[in-house]
Amino acid sequence: MKLHGIKIPHLKNTADTVPIHIPVPKTVTIPMSMHIGKPAEILVKRGDNVKVGQLIGKADGNISAHIHSSVSGTVQKIDQMIASNGAKITCAVIDTDGKQELSETIKPPPVNDFDSFISAVKESGAVGLGGAGFPSFAKLNVNDLSKIQAVVINAAECEPYITSDTRTMLDKTQYISKGISAIKKYMNVKKFIIGIETNKPAAIAKMRELAKNDNSIEVMVLPSMYPQGGEKVLVFNTMKKIIPKGRLPIDVGAVVINITTLAFIGEYLETGIPLIEKCITIDGSAVKEPKNVIAPIGTHIKDLIESAGGLKYEPAKIIYGGPMMGIAVPSMNEPVLKNTNAVIFMDKKEAQLPETTACINCGACLSHCPFMLDPRSIALAYKIGNAEELQKLCVDMCMECGCCSYVCPANRPLVQTNKLAKIKLREYLNSKKGV
Amino acid sequence: MEQLTVSVSPHFSGKRTTKNIMLDVIIALLPALIASFIIFGWRSLLVAGVCSASCVLAEFFFEKLCKKTITISDLSAVVTGILLAFNLPVTIPLWQAVLGSVTAIIVVKQLFGGIGQNFANPAITARIMMLIAFSDTMTKWQFPQNSVDAISGATPLAAAAKGLENLPSYISLFLGNHGGCIGETCSLALILGGIYLLIRKVITWHIPAAFIGTVAFMSLVCGKDPLYQILSGGLMLGAFFMATDYATSPSTKWGKIIFGIGCGLVTILIRFWGSLPEGVSYSILLMNILTPYISKLTRQKPLGAGGGAKS
Repeated sequence: MKLHGIKIPHLKNTADTVPIHIPVPKTVTIPMSMHIGKPAEILVKRGDNVKVGQLIGKADGNISAHIHSSVSGTVQKIDQMIASNGAKITCAVIDTDGKQELSETIKPPPVNDFDSFISAVKESGAVGLGGAGFPSFAKLNVNDLSKIQAVVINAAECEPYITSDTRTMLDKTQYISKGISAIKKYMNVKKFIIGIETNKPAAIAKMRELAKNDNSIEVMVLPSMYPQGGEKVLVFNTMKKIIPKGRLPIDVGAVVINITTLAFIGEYLETGIPLIEKCITIDGSAVKEPKNVIAPIGTHIKDLIESAGGLKYEPAKIIYGGPMMGIAVPSMNEPVLKNTNAVIFMDKKEAQLPETTACINCGACLSHCPFMLDPRSIALAYKIGNAEELQKLCVDMCMECGCCSYVCPANRPLVQTNKLAKIKLREYLNSKKGV
Repeated sequence: MEQLTVSVSPHFSGKRTTKNIMLDVIIALLPALIASFIIFGWRSLLVAGVCSASCVLAEFFFEKLCKKTITISDLSAVVTGILLAFNLPVTIPLWQAVLGSVTAIIVVKQLFGGIGQNFANPAITARIMMLIAFSDTMTKWQFPQNSVDAISGATPLAAAAKGLENLPSYISLFLGNHGGCIGETCSLALILGGIYLLIRKVITWHIPAAFIGTVAFMSLVCGKDPLYQILSGGLMLGAFFMATDYATSPSTKWGKIIFGIGCGLVTILIRFWGSLPEGVSYSILLMNILTPYISKLTRQKPLGAGGGAKS
């Protein structure tokens, strides 16, 4: 069996550009929530001096992540900002002093067993860097380590434009190796599968070199078929295992980790420098010089774009992440987050989507859905408010990859409707529980 | 400060549009149109032109009258027009062709909500209406223009049904040099068009293969010549162009196969045991009606749904 998917333009224009550090911006804005779960508790107040790597937000609960300062300077104010999901979150606005002084607390973490490894990952502030932003320590904190059959390393990078994972593979190979060794040692994992799409030959060669001396690592070259990097899709294509509805990869013996996250963990174990900067792909039709840059977390988009030679055209849409699942941001004053792997600046022409017309019942949506859902029927059930039908159609399984909307010849907002339908179904299930 | 668009992902869209799908269908119909011109002469082009123009105008005026968005630019009305023309004899009076086109667009398509909403294929339903209303002119077959014995007579299927001798050869069936509707006679041109649609992924192989395969298999079982059966009548036109109509056929793989087999069985029933020589149109219409039920029965099961998940 093969999962459905779509062929989309790759646009990996920046795969060969070695990332450069951008100059330290004058101001950065660091939100207390750059992850899935509870926002971190802010530890600094206005006027405080901070140093690079200093803990400024403390993880709150089991699904949360530490936040560190990415710069040295003074806290200008504690502000509120609106996150992409509409929630108000606290953020620290820091005026930098340009010195980038490292905090004294930074030293390689003492790790000698599973518990100390997990706590080191927690201290690092690591979250899923592929885009999801799930706190890494929570993911790696597997109850029963014997359940793990393989760690699947997600290097698919299936979205157009983005090449920051490619750069990780090329530039941080040694840290990937270090990350693998740590997981092998402390989590007793015997098999690692690196899943890469065919369109990254240089990275594939590099990873094969890495696997040559270690027979626990297998490099799997996968077709360049979106959404290859979707968690369930990747687990199926690498391990031939179907993750049942409502279950996690660990239920079929898999732990999925993004390659950049893994490299970061490897790097942290060696240097003790927490997650404070990020390799970001800057591309899109409005950008003068598409490239990869390394920017402190919290850098505003307008400072970021300066380092890529500015803009060719006025942007009509700016996206965090790829064009298929990325989040459109409202202004150039937004800060880049831990899980921002690309910022795409689209000009008017690129941002323009075709007009929506009537559904012609062609069935393209259901024959391209990786999970074999039926977006057309879901849209109908949503329209008439039939939550029971939505449950039967398993809309809650939708990973919002966007294949259905992409292939729709009538350009109907299918995945968008799925998102609304998921909310509707959740409300229905909650109300049923209430009764 | 510049205005940024903030919308939900995806921010890319594929190249396929309703219009270019319809354009592909029109391109796929061109070989058969050219063949009809060679076989029946210029009047076949005239009928096709009149039908397409009436379909487009009917759609335009209906939508104008109902204050709906004008959708004639999606080219679907043109496709309906050409398909209807292909299902008419070349001698059809033009006013009847116009009436058929208007019925196809207004009664069968627009009254049910327009593109994608109709439950029956507009061209086929209009053709059947015309067969009933104008049974005389609708069954007046003209033999090819360059044929020596240009007499009105029977189509290959009618000839076979009556047990006439002197049946057309396979080659003449394949090239379409025999009596029949405008666009149905040249199997070669229709197969070329069908292959184009398959390559362009406008249709999948399931419906045509199941439809034609069933007709061939059942002919064999019933002791008839399978090749003669699949090359004559409206089977090629029906299987590639009419049964594959999106709105009126199932979307899932198994749904399409069941739909195709059903079309084939009904066609055989009518051809061998019915009082009519040909049954492709009726078979498709009947299966159109069953489509919602087939779709419901063959819903694809989401990956991993119900497989071990706690309820």
